[in-house]
Amino acid sequence: MSRRMTMIEAINDALDVTMGRDPAVVIMGEDVGYFGGVFRATAGLQKKYGKTRVFDTPISECGIIGVAVGMGAYGLRPVPEIQFADYIYPGLDQLVSEAARLRYRSAGEFIAPLTVRSPFGGGIFGGQTHSQSPEALFTHVAGLKTVIPSNPHDAKGLLIAAIEDNDPVIFFEPKRIYNGPFTGAYDRPVEPWNKHADSEVPEGYYTVPLGKARVVREGEAVTVLAYGTMVHVAHAVCLDKGVDAEVIDLRTLVPLDIETIRASVRKTGRCMIVHEATRTGGFGAELSALVQEHCFYDLEVPIERVTGFDTPYPHSLEWAYFPGAVRIGEALDRISKD
Amino acid sequence: MLLFPMKAWERIAVADFANQQPLALHVPEPKARPGVEPDWSGLTLPPAGAQPRPDETCAAAETWPLCTDLIRVLDEDGVAQGPWNPRLDAETLRTMLRNMALTRAFDERMFRGQRQGKTSFYMKCTGEEATSVAPAMALAADDMVFPSYRQQGILITRGYPLEDMINQIYSNKADKLKGRQLPIMYSARDYGFFTISGNLATQLPQAVGWAMASAISGDTRIAAAWVGEGSTAEGDFHSALTFATVYNAPVVLNVVNNQWAISSFSGFAGAERQTFAARAIGYGVAGLRVDGNDPLAVYAATRWAANRARSNAGSTLIEHFTYRAEGHSTSDDPSQYRSAQERSTWPLGDPIVRLKNHLIALGEWDENRQAAMDAELAEMVKAATRAAEANGVLGHGMHHPFHTMFEDVFETLPWHLREQSEQAMRERRIKWPDWRPEDGDEMP
Ligand SMILES: Cc1ncc(C[n+]2csc(CCOP(=O)(O)OP(=O)(O)O)c2C)c(N)n1
Ligand SMILES: [Mg+2]
Repeated sequence: MSRRMTMIEAINDALDVTMGRDPAVVIMGEDVGYFGGVFRATAGLQKKYGKTRVFDTPISECGIIGVAVGMGAYGLRPVPEIQFADYIYPGLDQLVSEAARLRYRSAGEFIAPLTVRSPFGGGIFGGQTHSQSPEALFTHVAGLKTVIPSNPHDAKGLLIAAIEDNDPVIFFEPKRIYNGPFTGAYDRPVEPWNKHADSEVPEGYYTVPLGKARVVREGEAVTVLAYGTMVHVAHAVCLDKGVDAEVIDLRTLVPLDIETIRASVRKTGRCMIVHEATRTGGFGAELSALVQEHCFYDLEVPIERVTGFDTPYPHSLEWAYFPGAVRIGEALDRISKD
Repeated sequence: MLLFPMKAWERIAVADFANQQPLALHVPEPKARPGVEPDWSGLTLPPAGAQPRPDETCAAAETWPLCTDLIRVLDEDGVAQGPWNPRLDAETLRTMLRNMALTRAFDERMFRGQRQGKTSFYMKCTGEEATSVAPAMALAADDMVFPSYRQQGILITRGYPLEDMINQIYSNKADKLKGRQLPIMYSARDYGFFTISGNLATQLPQAVGWAMASAISGDTRIAAAWVGEGSTAEGDFHSALTFATVYNAPVVLNVVNNQWAISSFSGFAGAERQTFAARAIGYGVAGLRVDGNDPLAVYAATRWAANRARSNAGSTLIEHFTYRAEGHSTSDDPSQYRSAQERSTWPLGDPIVRLKNHLIALGEWDENRQAAMDAELAEMVKAATRAAEANGVLGHGMHHPFHTMFEDVFETLPWHLREQSEQAMRERRIKWPDWRPEDGDEMP
């Protein structure tokens, strides 16, 4: 049995399923309790599981992540929500110095099995503090896993896997695709999820394993590496231009599915990396280095990186900032040349 | 399923305490959710004029009673009472009334503008006007303020042009912040108004630092900051108070307790246990708890704290007890989480109505003048709106040129931003092939 869901519904369902299976799962965050979260991801869960398992918190990201580490040390499986990824920074020390290293520094005596959920990415005219994509800050930290789903089916399966994982996981939810697979056409209403095959979400329990990419479209001409919103945007450009691209949705950045990447680039000999985050020191740089290390002799042209600009996310010029069809298209043209 | 099996000693401990009560987690709950009649009986409102006014240079601990009391000046009949009465002349009172009414008129219009699609976002301060207008009048014009996003009343009181505020809200080509910031995240250095951050409470230690710098430099200007009660949970609040007390910083820290932080009531910031003003005492900072809907009390408390700071007697934390009469922002629907009757039954009323009644009681105002003023202010806002709209509204192409996106990241443009800027211009030419440099930077 399965049914069509939006990303939000799928995430809500994943939380519901894990809470129902495991009494150690607790949810907390700003406005997640009675109200059900500013994006409604936790709607109905407090009513169903009670106030001691789904609760609002003080506005302190340091506190939210710090107490989640303590709860994890006790044996619970906290799923804290940070209202926007842009607001995760006050909690950074608890994530980077604490959660990420608890297992290592105690030689496995203590672990931090938390999953920090947070909406991220731009495209909603949120200005510089509701639009950021800070994934590279976390992929750089030894001991943190970073997961970014691109559709309802994966969102549910990955979130369940993340919550069950015994290590700390940063789970970034691209808010631009909460309600539909945004392809970059910002001047048209987004197509709703129920028209998209990946909105078909199985009922009940299933997982999408962490560390496994998905080939969204098989192709021979170029390999496109993307995650989150940019999977849809890049895919649409390839279709538009009639390029026989192999589009890979990474899904998990750490640990990365290097096998799938290697197999694809060996086949195509060309690689384009697309992310919305700023360019310098972005995850694209890591991907580019890995492809070069693993596939140097297979590459026919230099690797292309398509990214957001190295500025804060602007408000009025949001769509000039966003790595949309033109920026991706230009790179695709360059890389497709013989 | 606990992740760890119990160790032997833990099992013994459990057996030992078998007769003890199991622990229980307390999760705060507001009194009135949707559909419930609010009950304010737990709220004790002391009579206006009953609160003592200690000397501004007193020991911080002496303010303890004022941290749990409520400083009030205006009584039920609109008469100013007691030692906190700032004894303002009628002209000043009328200016205060006008500034608050203008703030409200502005909010009404901008909220509607957002609903009409002229911008992405707006936040009102309805019912809280006194907490920004009265302090702005009590401070010196050149004191530096570090606001949160709900202190538009300060800018309005300091005479910042409405048209420039609207240009910012529309993110248009005349926006002084170049369309970079979310609407209402103003910055106005010439008006002593620090750039607003979207990240909560960051302005508090910054205000303390500015005040320390003023003291280091032997200046006479002080700093003031504002933060919502919900945001006092951030670590920045603790850092600010610790530095303020250690260095006796000349700063006034305002907590606007409007009882709600989006959908979370003040209990999630600790209000079930203690007032926000009371926190000052633990740090050795003076604390005052004020009726935030009583503009005269707010004015007097700010004056007290400013005098204290100016005489090198230290910082003050002022809690303004008020009520967020409307939604958190244009993205919020408060009927989802709080009783609809809260606003109408809230016992401290409306700051504009209360000051108006005071002026009427003094024989210095009447309903006709009020109506005329409201009409005049609405017209003024309308005119400013029209003028700003000539510079464009959000999303219709009348924004700052593309290259400005890359400016101010650094003082000078490094090579990689220059490259990216060229990329942005090239993309524009591809998207709009008819565009020529001589057309200027308008999008078709
Ligand atoms: C660091 C950080 N965390 C979370 C948010 C999201 N957020 C914006 S406003 C708000 C509520 C703030 O409430 P309060 O401090 O009481 O101020 P009020 O809105 O009532 O004026 C929250 C949680 C944020 N902007 N910054
Ligand atoms: Mg508040």
